[in-house]
Amino acid sequence: MTPPPGARVIVGMSGGVDSSVAAALLKDQGYDVIGMMLRLWSDTGTHNRCCAPDAQQEARYIAGLLDIPFYVIDAQDHFYQQVVIPFINGYTQGITPNPCLNCNRFVRWDFLLERAKALGADYLATGHYARIQNTAAGPYQLLKSRDADKDQTYFLHVLTQNKLSQTIFPLANLTKKQVRKLAEEYALPVADRPDSQDLCFVGQGDYRDFLRKSSPSSMKPGPIIDLDGKSRGEHPGLADFTIGQRKKLGISSPEPLYVIRKDLKNNTLIVGSREYLGQGKFYVDNVNWISGEAPADPIPANVKIRYKSREVPSVITATNSNTVSIQLDSPLADITPGQAAVFYQDDFCLGGGIIRSE
Amino acid sequence: MNNIYLDYAATTPVDERVTAAMQPYFTQVFGNPSSLHRFGQQAESALEKSRRVLAGFLGAKPSEIIFTSCGSESDNLAIKGAAFAARQQSRANHLLISPIEHPAVLNTANQLADLHGFDLSFLPVDKYGRVSPAEVQKNLREDTFLVSVMDANNEIGTINPIAEIGGICRERGIYLHTDAVQSGAHSPLDVNSLNVDLLSLGAHKFYGPKGVGALYIRSGTDLSPMLTGGSQEFGQRAATENVPLIAGMAAAFELVQVEHDQRTNHILPLRDYLIKQILTKIPSSQLTGHPEERLVNHASFVFEGVDGNLLISILDGTGFACSSGSACKTGDPEPSSVLTHLGYSPSWALGSLRVTLGKDTTAEDIDSFLNVLPGCIHQVRELKS
Ligand SMILES: Cc1ncc(COP(=O)(O)O)c(C=O)c1O
Repeated sequence: MTPPPGARVIVGMSGGVDSSVAAALLKDQGYDVIGMMLRLWSDTGTHNRCCAPDAQQEARYIAGLLDIPFYVIDAQDHFYQQVVIPFINGYTQGITPNPCLNCNRFVRWDFLLERAKALGADYLATGHYARIQNTAAGPYQLLKSRDADKDQTYFLHVLTQNKLSQTIFPLANLTKKQVRKLAEEYALPVADRPDSQDLCFVGQGDYRDFLRKSSPSSMKPGPIIDLDGKSRGEHPGLADFTIGQRKKLGISSPEPLYVIRKDLKNNTLIVGSREYLGQGKFYVDNVNWISGEAPADPIPANVKIRYKSREVPSVITATNSNTVSIQLDSPLADITPGQAAVFYQDDFCLGGGIIRSE
Repeated sequence: MNNIYLDYAATTPVDERVTAAMQPYFTQVFGNPSSLHRFGQQAESALEKSRRVLAGFLGAKPSEIIFTSCGSESDNLAIKGAAFAARQQSRANHLLISPIEHPAVLNTANQLADLHGFDLSFLPVDKYGRVSPAEVQKNLREDTFLVSVMDANNEIGTINPIAEIGGICRERGIYLHTDAVQSGAHSPLDVNSLNVDLLSLGAHKFYGPKGVGALYIRSGTDLSPMLTGGSQEFGQRAATENVPLIAGMAAAFELVQVEHDQRTNHILPLRDYLIKQILTKIPSSQLTGHPEERLVNHASFVFEGVDGNLLISILDGTGFACSSGSACKTGDPEPSSVLTHLGYSPSWALGSLRVTLGKDTTAEDIDSFLNVLPGCIHQVRELKS
């Protein structure tokens, strides 16, 4: 998106190098840039990594270097309702939720965007590695970053046409290396803030400790059984495990055992050997199609089932406007309900949704 | 940046006449006032002249004025100094303060209670934040060594009946400290009619430089120094005096007195107009603090169901610099303890706005502010949380 010269743009700033360079670039391009940070969480005692006072101070300092205004806006209630509660509920229901998706959808591109508008801005910019393209006629398209390693479209597939039309990714055509170099040229600090896939509100501890504290019922010990129903020990809580996990099962067995399923009703973990793992077909809910429309016919597409996993070829069939079934060319072992499945054709991100539990 | 500044209670720009008065003391008259030679003597002369300026306007003796680094330091020295001197000399152990003091007083008193075993109690305040002399009378104890009540409150502008409170303390032989950091910018202060033993000032609130303050210490008042070292400032505060800033403070304080009527006549009608307009134009709005007994430049409000922090960000984005009264930049909204103390529920207290005018504020500034404020408040109220 190329806004008119002089337009007011809000940049979500984290204090990290990416959003700082994004702000600097926009300022250089002559926009009326305002930095904003959301206060998402404050848990005394834990050093949460985003929006913590030191990140704030860093962002404030950078805003000062760039001579742009900077405001911190309270979003704690909203974040708790839209991100933390679904996260806890997800684990309690036995899925492995991805809170960053809700955060992008309901916090950054909703709560923050609305406040950006209240501040007189028509555009929201972030330091994400992704591209937006719009041709005169067609809809906005979301494309992978030029830096394949850094591409963050996995987290951005939730954006609608309307949101894309108000979004700028100033780092669209840059690699991380180029961003670091630019930071040096702008004389900005090059510190990295944690990547967005980190669970910012969990703090330095483990998400399991967080769950134990916030939702004791999500961490109830229960039996481990194998596919024949034979007892294989006890687990400390289903939330500790994801499908396909092999480590930390605490079972001694001649052949390696993997988590095959979670039986939530009976708080039971079902394990088995590798050959029982793997699924060729699965369903995805809450699908957002970047184009705004689900394809009428099955389409070939590459699917990514975790942020850092590789894309695999598949055929995607829209079962209605926001669910799809996915037939993989070859089965995958670690399809995890609650995580996102995101669809690509070449560099284009077509959309994505949340993997359904069976 | 051509934003309109409406936050004079936070700080003020240094008057050009003040910068001019400071100029010689950076490079020309640079000596150490304690030095014996001519360089030192010239600096000392500037220092003592400054002291006399403050003393003269306050009705004090020059030896009763000491310079500090800020209003906060003056508050600290007054309270801790009195506490430690009391401990050394007598059994007095009790400290009585208003619950809505500036943190410079509040946290100092809390620290004395928490770390040093002093007995701290709080005076009741009315809905405007005023301390009644009768309550002081009632709450004084045999072992009270100090009462501290601010002259004017920074968040809500309310002025306290210090003279009457002072009369009561005087009868009982108990020290009264007043934090006059806000009122110093507006009211002629006379330490004798105010009946105070200790009074704090900070220069940057009245078009003087940051980094310099003063404490009036009535002669005979025992204070332990907090900054120990050399015998500067009558042994009450060690450290080579910051002559340029002190000269600036004196010049600025003199201007407050000389231009008092002119400034007041200019600001007061603007403030009254602002208050009236806001209360009529904006639904679910209230003035905080006393309607009459308040700082002449001070207008403070609460708006129901408004995120005050967001409001101030939006106002700033629109070109108006205001504050919520209690500084919070971190986006972590705690309702102001002052407003909570006065009984405002969080849904009101979180929506606070402080607009403080200065000698250079114009009617046009106020009108353009009034043009945007209702829209901004409406906008903030409309945003779903
Ligand atoms: C009433 C009052 N007391 C003390 C202070 C502290 O002044 P300084 O921050 O200059 O030390 C202030 C300033 O905000 C104030 O308003």
